[in-house]
Amino acid sequence: MRITARNAEKTAKILIWTIALMVIAVLIFIIIFILYRGLPVINWNFLTEIPRRSGREGGIASPIIGTLSVTALAVLIAMPFGVGTAFYLAEYTKGGIITRIIRFCTESLAGIPSIIYGLFGFIFFLDVLGLGWSILSGGLTVAIMILPTLIRTAEESIRSVPKSYREVSFSLGGTKWQTIRKAVVPSAIRGIANGIILSVGRCVAETAALIMTAGYELIMPRSVFDSSRSLAVHFYTLVMDGISERNAYGTAAVLIILVFFINVVANMLINRFVAKGR
Amino acid sequence: MAGHRKSKIETKALNLYYGDFHALGDVTAEIPERAITAIIGPSGCGKSSLLRLFNRMNDLIPGVRVEGNAFLDAMPIYGKNTDVVQLRKRIGMVFQKPNVFPMSINENIVIGPKSHGIKDKADLNAITERCLTQVALWHEVKDILRKPALELSSGQQQRLCIARALSVDPEVILMDESCSALDPESTMKIEALMLELAKQYTIIIVTHNMEQAIRVSDISAFMMIDDEKIGRLVEFSATSDMFSNPKDKRTEDYITGRFG
Repeated sequence: MRITARNAEKTAKILIWTIALMVIAVLIFIIIFILYRGLPVINWNFLTEIPRRSGREGGIASPIIGTLSVTALAVLIAMPFGVGTAFYLAEYTKGGIITRIIRFCTESLAGIPSIIYGLFGFIFFLDVLGLGWSILSGGLTVAIMILPTLIRTAEESIRSVPKSYREVSFSLGGTKWQTIRKAVVPSAIRGIANGIILSVGRCVAETAALIMTAGYELIMPRSVFDSSRSLAVHFYTLVMDGISERNAYGTAAVLIILVFFINVVANMLINRFVAKGR
Repeated sequence: MAGHRKSKIETKALNLYYGDFHALGDVTAEIPERAITAIIGPSGCGKSSLLRLFNRMNDLIPGVRVEGNAFLDAMPIYGKNTDVVQLRKRIGMVFQKPNVFPMSINENIVIGPKSHGIKDKADLNAITERCLTQVALWHEVKDILRKPALELSSGQQQRLCIARALSVDPEVILMDESCSALDPESTMKIEALMLELAKQYTIIIVTHNMEQAIRVSDISAFMMIDDEKIGRLVEFSATSDMFSNPKDKRTEDYITGRFG
């Protein structure tokens, strides 16, 4: 068969479709597999009881709370710094030495494996600051870990706001701050919010860094100064220590549903409050 | 030259540099009040650069340097104490593409007044109605003020942009090829609007379209780059004079279509 433009077109189309379908198939297979093994385990008691006998029995209530509090803390701490840095990089500097240092740092930070963050958190927050294994140590460590993602996604969405919006705002006599607030933020906020959702996903799924900073504790945490095992750590322990494969799948299913739920709710909130009128 | 008119903007030996690049050289002109001045000339001669000097939009570009000065009613545009925010409030701008914000029609109008501290709902509504009426858009959109501005046709969007520029009560309106992205019918409407607005405002337009300059402008400014690629103001006179009796050979060549 001769390679004509038409044949090439057809081949390319089939190839791209096949690749896309394969990727989707793998993802769906993983999700279905985990839900198939995990959903039967989930019931009211599994969600509301704390683990007993290292997780052989009982539920996963405390790891759920641990995960949610570490995530909330990390995002709340990282958000102002991440978004603030992004606005600084995108709007307030013109590519000087400071910009280059910040960019080099964030890019380097993004490439570091999470266990290194865990080690840093272990040394700095636990040892130097004496916070011990706690939700606070875990939250702070993960906050640093998600900063690069937050900065990068927020900066990109700020930069993708058309230059003309800024020009119009300035031409109407808007100040820099008014321009950012009224002309840039409304258009950039969806991208910024997406970056935050992405970071939430990373927090929820984080394992290595949290083993070293938030610890293994299975009782219900009473404050951010208590240690608490996250879902991912719990799952890891259940499998690797051969405690209960059944409960591991139950935990994994809860983790997947949680991430899915956070995504849906966050998107609904964005559509409801942020993206109105556009 | 229309000498009976008071001048609104005066430029004195205005030079503009983008880094090492000398973009405009010694532009001296007196732009009359309540008239339409058209800046014409071939591409890349610095028409838009000159326009953007008046409301200091060039400030947004890194590495820009200005020598000489321009004056708005004797107030220096480039001065140590010049309040750029106030200057831009007095000199409004309409851009080449209809660049409405992705907001409602109403929000597009009130964003300017709000940033200058007008908060009262009734006042803002009055501004919306006045500005939209001025651009002959009120009857078309008065029932859909809460709808996204992007749903309007591009001609309507450009008139909305003019209304938005009028919302902060400017004295001068700069129009940077504001019809070049529009169909002929919308262009006619905008031109009619310019003539109407010129009774009240000083209008400066940049246009590629010589027919348009002839149709709407009182004064024409012909610009061209010289041998060193510096943008120069070659001829500045009443439009009727320039097109019937150009004084400079280069003007004559351009308007008779020998280049550009």
